[in-house]
Amino acid sequence: MTAFILRRLMALPLVLLALSLAIVGLLQTLSPAERAAAFVTNENQLRNLEAIIREKGLDQPFHVQYWNWLREVLRGNLGFSKASNQPVFETIAERFPATVELTLFSLFPILGFGIWLGTRAGLNKDRFIDQFTRVFTVITNNIPTFVLGIILLVIFYGLLGLAPGPGQVSPENQVNLIINPIPRVTGMLSIDALLAGNWAVFWDVLHHMFLPVITLSTVITAGMIKVMRSSLIEVLSQDYVRTARAKGLPERTVNLKHARRNALIPVATIGGFVVLGLLSGALFTETIFAWPGIGSWGAETATRFDVPGLLGFALLSGILTVLANLAVDIIYALIDPRVRFD
Amino acid sequence: MSAVSAAPSAVQREGFWNSRVMRRFRRNRLAVFGFFLVCMFLLVALFAPLLAPPPPVGNNCLRDVGAATTAEAITPTSSSFWRLMFAAPASCYQIARINFSQIPSPPLKPIQTEVGEVRPLFGTSSGYDVWYGIVWGTRTALKLAVTVVFFQLLIGITLGAVSGYFGGWIDNLIQRLIDVIFAFPSLILVIVITSLLGKSLSYIILAFVLVGWAGYARIMRGEVLKTRALEFVDGARALGASDWRIIFRHVIPNSLTAITVIAVLDLGAIPLTAAALSFLGIGLPPGYTDWGQLISFARAWIQGTAENRLEYWYVSFFPAITIILFGLGWNLLGDALRDALDPRER
Repeated sequence: MTAFILRRLMALPLVLLALSLAIVGLLQTLSPAERAAAFVTNENQLRNLEAIIREKGLDQPFHVQYWNWLREVLRGNLGFSKASNQPVFETIAERFPATVELTLFSLFPILGFGIWLGTRAGLNKDRFIDQFTRVFTVITNNIPTFVLGIILLVIFYGLLGLAPGPGQVSPENQVNLIINPIPRVTGMLSIDALLAGNWAVFWDVLHHMFLPVITLSTVITAGMIKVMRSSLIEVLSQDYVRTARAKGLPERTVNLKHARRNALIPVATIGGFVVLGLLSGALFTETIFAWPGIGSWGAETATRFDVPGLLGFALLSGILTVLANLAVDIIYALIDPRVRFD
Repeated sequence: MSAVSAAPSAVQREGFWNSRVMRRFRRNRLAVFGFFLVCMFLLVALFAPLLAPPPPVGNNCLRDVGAATTAEAITPTSSSFWRLMFAAPASCYQIARINFSQIPSPPLKPIQTEVGEVRPLFGTSSGYDVWYGIVWGTRTALKLAVTVVFFQLLIGITLGAVSGYFGGWIDNLIQRLIDVIFAFPSLILVIVITSLLGKSLSYIILAFVLVGWAGYARIMRGEVLKTRALEFVDGARALGASDWRIIFRHVIPNSLTAITVIAVLDLGAIPLTAAALSFLGIGLPPGYTDWGQLISFARAWIQGTAENRLEYWYVSFFPAITIILFGLGWNLLGDALRDALDPRER
């Protein structure tokens, strides 16, 4: 198992190398002046494009440029992001916790509601709750994240006035946080506020998080319900479930202990998709709700031709994806005794 | 797999409409609804020039098809009508901009322009005619979907079949390439490629194709590995057929079932991803007829006025409902197709 994990982790640098090669290669289709535009932050530099081209070696051959870039990255310098107006590495360090926060809170509806409703539907196949669930998943599965975000905003912010404004905290708490900063232990504002005992900020962040979490989790919850339902229906027709019933075990024990536990195995395998979905969804959710995570930053790097930022964002998502898939394989082996790694 | 190879003869005997697959498909009411929705969108795309005729003011479509008036452009006897139908110039894919007013104008409210009064059916946002954007946006969506899926299938099926059939180093090479593509969320790869290349429909198509063929190739490879082991392939080889003949005439046609379902689902998903990108401001140039842009206009008009909190409902409602129905239609169709083609479900 350790050998398997190490082998998978060894593939990670290769994958990142391939991606960065592809991106730097893609950049070669642009002229040096166009590439220099990525580094322009003020008017003076615009008049002096030649200097930027020379300084950054943008007119050098491809392999030289790539080597220059790689050397800097290995030194821990990912470049300067125009979109966030600070170095890429610091941007990621500062913004990543907010995305993790949103993702963590999204896991509650995905796992809780998804598994619960999927189980109810699977146990009551073709009865009312199953039909209701089917309609619910068909509808929620087909609303793209960015459309759902807008719809929720129109209803809860525009019409009902229940939702707070954009961002992570309201302006007054933002000011409070500057005057009385709380120690940033995890970087996640809600959890840090909780640790510091600052209830006002904690509730404020939860309030701000409500719509983004629903937006981010809805599509994935629908997928979760579907997988849970079909997996449970399949398990319920297995011999050992019949045996358990024949032994005279109570219906509840059979359903929850024998059937649901085994039905959860395929659910764990879609965990990788969940992480990917959350990562992609964060781009839209964070942009719509002005959530200060890496999603909104990533979207901005793309619209503002912030090449170092975009590269950093892409590399980060590559690392996360590989790690998520690895985690899924490990979990799979832990919960299903039939799976063995050689 | 035996069910798949038996299907052609069953179709010949009973006719397509009464084949097992079609009977199962028709029984599924949701599938029929999905099929209806998809047909509706196809018709809207086809008859876009009649549903949202090129306006006298707002874009240069009328000039570029060589018509003097809107009425002339949609007369079936004129040459401009046929150009609009099958070879619409690029300017027709610019959302008609009625004025430069920032404030949205509600559906059917008359607006004064230099050529007289117009009443946009779905209102305007940022001065753009929403109805025109939705109707011609359907064309953009389907054009994009069909082109992308065609090229993805072409590359994916060929490389997947080659990979599975020959094995060895070529298989290894293709599979490692796929591993790299799979190591990233496809949405993020598409974003990286389009934002580096610039804003244009052809760059979006390129980005989707570069990222999307890998999924087809992997499924195809698995199917080919299964199919290759069947007797009829040995039979073909015994009769002296070449490798390429076996791949294209025997292995690929018998491995297409799984691919078909994914392709149908992709036809619905790709335009939505493109719309999502253009919502962020990546991909298509500003003013291009595309649903994502219409939604992004709506971001500024979430809040109504104090008297009417839903004052600007139409700005987000029409594009949103279009996008949802489009996704719903293709998804229902794809799911139903999967169920109908699944040989295990009898």
